Amino acid sequence: MSGQTDMVLVDDNGIRIDGRTADQHRPIKIEAGVLSNADGSAYVEIGKNKVLAAVYGPRECHPRHLQNPSKAIIQCKYNMEAFSVSDRKRPGPDRRSVEISKITAEALEKVVLTELYPRASIDVYIEIMQANAGTRCAGLTAASVALADAGIPMRDIIPAIAAGKADGHVLLDLNKEEDNYGEADVPMAIIPSTDEIVLLQMDGNMTREEFDRAVSMGVAACHEVYELQKDALKRRYTAKEKEDDSDE
Amino acid sequence: MERKNARPAREVVVPGDVLDDSGLKSGDNTYVLDGRIHASVLGVKNVFQNSVSVIPLSGRYMPTTGDTVIGVIEDIGPSNWLVNINAPYPAPLHVSEVPWKVEFGDTSRYLNLGHVVMLKILMVDESKKIQVTMNDSGLRRLEGGRIVEIPYSKVSRVIGKSGSMIQTIKNLTDCRIFVGQNGRIWVDGDGENTDVAVQAIEIIGRESQSNNLTERVKEFIGSKLPQAENDEEEE
Repeated sequence: MSGQTDMVLVDDNGIRIDGRTADQHRPIKIEAGVLSNADGSAYVEIGKNKVLAAVYGPRECHPRHLQNPSKAIIQCKYNMEAFSVSDRKRPGPDRRSVEISKITAEALEKVVLTELYPRASIDVYIEIMQANAGTRCAGLTAASVALADAGIPMRDIIPAIAAGKADGHVLLDLNKEEDNYGEADVPMAIIPSTDEIVLLQMDGNMTREEFDRAVSMGVAACHEVYELQKDALKRRYTAKEKEDDSDE
Repeated sequence: MERKNARPAREVVVPGDVLDDSGLKSGDNTYVLDGRIHASVLGVKNVFQNSVSVIPLSGRYMPTTGDTVIGVIEDIGPSNWLVNINAPYPAPLHVSEVPWKVEFGDTSRYLNLGHVVMLKILMVDESKKIQVTMNDSGLRRLEGGRIVEIPYSKVSRVIGKSGSMIQTIKNLTDCRIFVGQNGRIWVDGDGENTDVAVQAIEIIGRESQSNNLTERVKEFIGSKLPQAENDEEEE
């Protein structure tokens, strides 16, 4: 958003530097249940983003003063590995990761049936192994698959994706170059069954019309991500069955 | 029993999936939105009589009144013990709920950190406060033996239809086995037999999805303990 470049982000035919059209998302790969010691886990690749999410709980809430006697709390920790970006990232929580942890936890609270587990805590850990713009969406996508994998009761699974603007075009799922040299970035997450928006941010400037375009593009793409999430969860159990069948 | 009914159309559902909009009743692990029943956990859809529910495939054990569970003593107070029963909440065991007469402050003489006990859930209230007891037949401290942990949702498969699976394992390995509803299973027997029983239970925990589970477990035990099958036939 801040940088300047003479790179052509969108060519005359409307094709972007990685060959996508304006409303195409990057290739997405989702896998559920990748960690054996977590109650639930997921691995997500969106383009060059590589994200691991782990869920523990519901378990006793520590520190005790955070306990809520009427519902469970969701504690989320978003962490970027030092090697996740081209310049080494200084490890540890910073302003940005604290913000992302907070908005992720708040988005997840909207779907998890927290009132079933008073005084408990559900801990979500998101580790960004490799970052290439759009990690908060990848993180949230992974976290909600991990929550479902952990068997935690929830209303729906949350898919998330970003839209934005670069080179004067409204684009879906910005990559690193488009994010750095573009004009705006709008990450969003929805509850697919009701189309409620649970996360929406905007960095940069857009006109009202461009913003509306970006949101409708994002919502449509979220439904695509949602299908991949469901598929990943179902695959985890049906794949096993097939294996067994071939044994017999 | 439930599982048998679910078998013909064993459909894996994820949270948010629409289960029914034709007027069935909503059962366990479902919620209703705009007159449609949605699943709230990852599990297997189960239609029984006129209600639809979801049998979870994973998740944490939630204590229910009357469950028999296996717990580990985690903390000792002057008049109670805190027991870890694999639930999101610790279970306090009060001195009045044990079969011994315990003086105030004398709790550690009877049960100490790390000791394993069979308990019954007396009560779980609205705010999920748990009360457990050891004052019932068959409840006691478990000494020796080994503990296997499996997902609690697989406990019914370990027991099997009217106890057939657990009986098979007991007969073939000659072990004493107690199953806690919280997914902890205590096994005690002679040397190699215990190992085999533990491995058999682990197989059930891992492969509970597959058909002919009892047969496969029998086969497994037979291959590890060749003499066991003969024993059973003699009986």
